[in-house]
Amino acid sequence: MDFLNAIILLLNYIFVPALTYGSQLALGAIFVTLIYGILRFANFATGDMMAFGTMVTILITWYFQSIGISLGVLPTALLAIPFAIIFMIGYMLFIDKFVFRYYRVNKSPPVQLAMVSIGVMFVTQAVVRIIIGPADQRFFDGERFIIKAREFKEMTGLNEGLAIKSSQVLTIFITLILVSILFWFLNKTKTGKSMRAYSDNEDLALLSGIDPKRVVMITWIIAGILATIGGALYGLDKSFKPFTYFNNMLPIFAAAIVGGIGNPFGAFLGGYVIAFSEIFITYAYKKFFMYILPESMEPETLVQLLSTDYKFAVSFSILVIVLLYRPNGIFKGKVL
Amino acid sequence: MAFFEGLKMTGGYGTGPDIINSCSVDVNRGEIVSILGPNGAGKSTAMKALLGLINLKSGAVVIDGKDITKLSPQDRVRQGISFVPQTKNVFAGMTVEENLEMGAYLRDDNYQDVIEEIYELFPILREKRNQLVGELSGGQRQQVALGRALMIKPSVLMLDEPTAGVSPIVMDELFDHIIKVKRTNVAILMVEQNAKQALNISDRGYVLVTGENKYAGTGKELLNDPRVRSSFLGG
Repeated sequence: MDFLNAIILLLNYIFVPALTYGSQLALGAIFVTLIYGILRFANFATGDMMAFGTMVTILITWYFQSIGISLGVLPTALLAIPFAIIFMIGYMLFIDKFVFRYYRVNKSPPVQLAMVSIGVMFVTQAVVRIIIGPADQRFFDGERFIIKAREFKEMTGLNEGLAIKSSQVLTIFITLILVSILFWFLNKTKTGKSMRAYSDNEDLALLSGIDPKRVVMITWIIAGILATIGGALYGLDKSFKPFTYFNNMLPIFAAAIVGGIGNPFGAFLGGYVIAFSEIFITYAYKKFFMYILPESMEPETLVQLLSTDYKFAVSFSILVIVLLYRPNGIFKGKVL
Repeated sequence: MAFFEGLKMTGGYGTGPDIINSCSVDVNRGEIVSILGPNGAGKSTAMKALLGLINLKSGAVVIDGKDITKLSPQDRVRQGISFVPQTKNVFAGMTVEENLEMGAYLRDDNYQDVIEEIYELFPILREKRNQLVGELSGGQRQQVALGRALMIKPSVLMLDEPTAGVSPIVMDELFDHIIKVKRTNVAILMVEQNAKQALNISDRGYVLVTGENKYAGTGKELLNDPRVRSSFLGG
């Protein structure tokens, strides 16, 4: 029984949250990796573009709520996301046309494009703060839990409860669907293959007649979809605060680099690697050991390797270690 | 008038000096023509000019009687001109079959039969169809590169040093493949460092020096020309 309790404890506090957080990071990391692979620069505006997409989702959600539209048990935001995606795609194409295109046509070095993306980051950040403000926004409505801890305890008779939030299930479910569609698109369709070809060898892609403008446009469209959904899922699960999104850029970049930058599948798995490492290292295992060890050996401290305040240190360390020892990532991306 | 012609082409990179001066080459279908010359003679530049990768100051490029001097490289691909660069001529992170599919990007019809034809031409590629090209040997990669270029069923195939960096055995094998391609009624124009071997399989050749046509003739003539022999073929 104690053993079961220990397992449930880990499921509840590590496995389910890490899977959710990992999915959210994975979407951001695929965004980073696609931009890096195809447009060839590190997009520092990633976090704030995700915040922008989330903000639009929130505004549309509020509008729907004000006119009385809801999805019942599901969050209204799900209904708002498609509209937000359309808006976000417009925003991405607008930024590309008026900012990035100029540097691409002039064949600027990647560092210059990265600096430009920092400019885009500041502007996007400012726009988000002007429109919705820097404060915390919660926009989750509908049924919060699928399984409540108390109900689980009553059902199983265990001491430990397993709580599963609907936002967690939605996040994992939507991520898997989205990522499956994306991989199907990249690996099986002609357009998707042409994007991979362009990322692999730009000159040869041009010689094969692949239209670079089309590839760039589709990349931004996918980026808009990923930014909105990734951001909105994070906001639904936790809360929306522009600064958190900016902060999340570190684990997102770490995930993309761990997976091998330019490699979407690597970025997807990298998201989970980072999420699980962060949560494994910052979780306090005291209760877990109380269950599995005899009473005499019970730990007196929290058995926490690192305080949760330092969770970014984990991504940062992974980033440094990967760059030092395996610069092309676990799944063979480009060498940075 | 030849099928594919570069007439008195003059030009260079960007605003730099002219690399080629009034350089003319032509090739007919079912013919292999080599462009030879010492380092820096402008061989690759002449080829790039034919492809539209550099802008000409004067001169013209004509295919089948049609002036294509103003067309971009992509539009020239549509006219049936295919090019195999010297380096980075495959999509290393994609499978053999995907490489061929990318070669057929401009085709809207069903190109499965063309892929079959390529597999007939290069049987080893059929065997390795689902392997990543980056994992193949140098000679096999060159076959993928040729195969990719042949997917649009080109009328003109241009090869930039197809045998650079491969072993002598693979080189012979590659030349055999190039002859096979020629028999499918394709006009082949290539730049080569291995002048002797290239002239052996060529119908005609041009020798460029400082961007100008110096000698021209059939493969045999050039091979036997004492001036050509002493300057480029090592006696």
